[in-house]
Amino acid sequence: MTTHSIAPAVRAVRRLSPLTFSFGARRWESTGAEPPPAGGHLPSIATSKILRGTREAALRTPGIKWLDEGGSSPLQNTIGGRETRKMNVYQAVRDAMGITLSKDDTAIVFGEDVAFGGVFRCTMGLAEEFGRERVFNTPLSEQGIAGFGIGVASMGQTAIAEIQFSDYIFPAFDQLVNEAAKFRYRSGGQFNVGGLTVRTPTMSVGHGGLYHSQSPEGFFMGASGLKIVIPRSPIQAKGLLLASIRDPNPVIFMEPKILYRSAIEQVPIDDFELPLGRAEIVVPGADLTLLTWGTPIFHCETALSLLSEPPASLASVVPESARGARVELIDLRTILPWDIETVVESVKRTGRLVIVHEASRTAGVGAEIAAEIQSKAFLKLHAPVRRVTSWDTPVGLQYEKFIIPDAIRVLDGILETLAF
Amino acid sequence: MIRTLLSRHSFPISRIFRKHISTTISTNSSESLGLLPTSQSPITPKPHFFNAVSTDGKQLPTYRVIDGVGNVIPGAEIPELDQQLALRIYRNMVLLPIMDNLLYNIQRQGKISFYYGEEATIIGTAAALLPDDEVLGQYRELGVLLWRGWGIDEAMAQCFGNEQDMSGKGRQMPVHWGSPMYHFHTISSPLATQIPQAAGVAYALRRDPARRSKNCAAVYFGEGAASEGDFHAGMLFASTIASPTLFIARNNGFAISTPSSEQYFGDGIAARGAGYGIDTIRVDGNDVLAVLSAAREARRRCVESGRGVLLEAMTYRVGHHSTSDDSFAYRARQEVEDRTRIDNPIARYRLFLKNCGWWSDAEEDELKGLLKTDVMRAFKLAESLKRHELKEVFSDVYGGEEP
Repeated sequence: MTTHSIAPAVRAVRRLSPLTFSFGARRWESTGAEPPPAGGHLPSIATSKILRGTREAALRTPGIKWLDEGGSSPLQNTIGGRETRKMNVYQAVRDAMGITLSKDDTAIVFGEDVAFGGVFRCTMGLAEEFGRERVFNTPLSEQGIAGFGIGVASMGQTAIAEIQFSDYIFPAFDQLVNEAAKFRYRSGGQFNVGGLTVRTPTMSVGHGGLYHSQSPEGFFMGASGLKIVIPRSPIQAKGLLLASIRDPNPVIFMEPKILYRSAIEQVPIDDFELPLGRAEIVVPGADLTLLTWGTPIFHCETALSLLSEPPASLASVVPESARGARVELIDLRTILPWDIETVVESVKRTGRLVIVHEASRTAGVGAEIAAEIQSKAFLKLHAPVRRVTSWDTPVGLQYEKFIIPDAIRVLDGILETLAF
Repeated sequence: MIRTLLSRHSFPISRIFRKHISTTISTNSSESLGLLPTSQSPITPKPHFFNAVSTDGKQLPTYRVIDGVGNVIPGAEIPELDQQLALRIYRNMVLLPIMDNLLYNIQRQGKISFYYGEEATIIGTAAALLPDDEVLGQYRELGVLLWRGWGIDEAMAQCFGNEQDMSGKGRQMPVHWGSPMYHFHTISSPLATQIPQAAGVAYALRRDPARRSKNCAAVYFGEGAASEGDFHAGMLFASTIASPTLFIARNNGFAISTPSSEQYFGDGIAARGAGYGIDTIRVDGNDVLAVLSAAREARRRCVESGRGVLLEAMTYRVGHHSTSDDSFAYRARQEVEDRTRIDNPIARYRLFLKNCGWWSDAEEDELKGLLKTDVMRAFKLAESLKRHELKEVFSDVYGGEEP
């Protein structure tokens, strides 16, 4: 495709960006002429085509593996008789834990404020249904929660721990990195804590400030022995959480908290898993690979829409030649160990990679992926690997819209990479 | 912010305050002024500060059975003990310094990286536990494994990291033992991490119908490790989320070079037990009979109540912290030698056994000869064996499908 002509337009996008930011910031001003868009600053989630809003689409989720009794029989494996129910992410997470507690007598669910349903409602009704011995509050100590969970899991039982916000996972860092991650290796395979899953809400909501907005997955990237999983939707949350709980390794399961209520799908009510360690090509394409996980997948979807059909306000900066670009959107889903094969294969086809994540740039997960891609697909690359991330700052409350990458910055990254 | 909204303190504190003011005004006598709402805390009209667990302000007492020359002290009772058990305890106690000395010396020759040990508290508690009580150690608890039947060969294999090292396939430094068969969780170097894990292990025992009200988790740690946040988390969890966890603090007065006077300002580790509402005892850790007796009772309370119990064993470390350390740089040599002679736990117990007519000098010589031969044989075998295959570098990182 021809790309040399769009460079001036890209610069125009950059000039435009502050205007866009000020539009977003209008929600803070009572004198703003226009009301904020319905659905707040992430209008795309309500109408996303990535979300599976019908029973038919839900049951055809790629990679779905049914685990109910007789699940291997041909009859059970057909989707004909299966039901779905409309759920948001917190309901899907709750559903996965309910299934686990029903089927696995050793399973327990615990954490701060878990018994009354959790501050994000993920454990609602579980204590009433399964009893306070299995679903209970802990003292306010993250290192205690992680250490306690490791102990339970080391006895072969299933421990589902909740850290109330991923911003507060750091007191548990030693237990997770020095203990959980190394438990199997250091014991020559004699002990393991595969039964441990640590759930924690993550990423920004638009008004969380420094300590309710972080994406700490990158800090765990070097902890071989751990798995890190981040779902994008209710179906993904249920299937990936059930797989994480049953995986023979300790898993940190980070739930994008803005999606708890806003992302809604028809979710199969049966027991099913989605594969860990496998990225998913959400939108196939041939000209550029757009890789992300969690909340930004919806910013990416919006960016693709802005790219192909720019509104009048952006039309002048999105050249006609770029609008037909077929962008491949990939959801990484498992951050550690990440699916190198799928991403490399995609980049070899497209020759371009843009990585989007909410964590800041330096030594973020994008840095590791970029290094691996340049090593494995160097001669196929038409442009440098581009990272669209938060800046290397904490997340300042009144400036979150400027710090967390949004659809416009993703669009900018795509246009620059196409134009290189 | 959500966390702030959920802060649990603002409401109760205002209630406490109002209640306090009103009762103080309404009455001024010494008669009962009632209790603080939703608590058992009596109201008092006088501001009362305290900094000791005991009401008389004294330090917590230390439980002892035999004195420095093996005689039972007035008022003490010998724990239930027949000759067979008494001698089994003694043989295990004697074995530990023999292994210590050998490993210390070969470390000095550069053959292994480091080793250190401590005996009386370990064997006394080991003898009080059931063989299938789960043990989480720090690193000085080899004696628990040997007590349970794990062999000298296995210990040597671990120290050398050879192909017979099943504790960690040569991946860990010496003294990082572990054996699921003997219910001994593999040691890790970070201090105190095992303490909250023990609460979780104990909770898992409580949830296992076959082991509920039968087993406990016993966790060992030094007084230095008790400064870590994990100690507090572990005590808090085992008491709040009832879990039968036996906390065994070895207070030997030093964390590497730091004396306990620079480790804490309060009355040792035992004073902290009451803060978590758990039964606590301080015991003379150089008196194996006191340790045995106290640990048995601590274990009984732990399993019966299903909650944490704390045992603080006061010992004096006769050796150096590790072989890369020379403690004479920070302790007077005379002081150490005096303690070794006067308050050596093995000597004390040997005198007790002789008083009972259960032990003689001839048996002593024979035992030491046998143990030294055993340890040397195990050492030579361990030294001659190969390492695990190099491919083991990459195994056991993940379970299931390797990424």
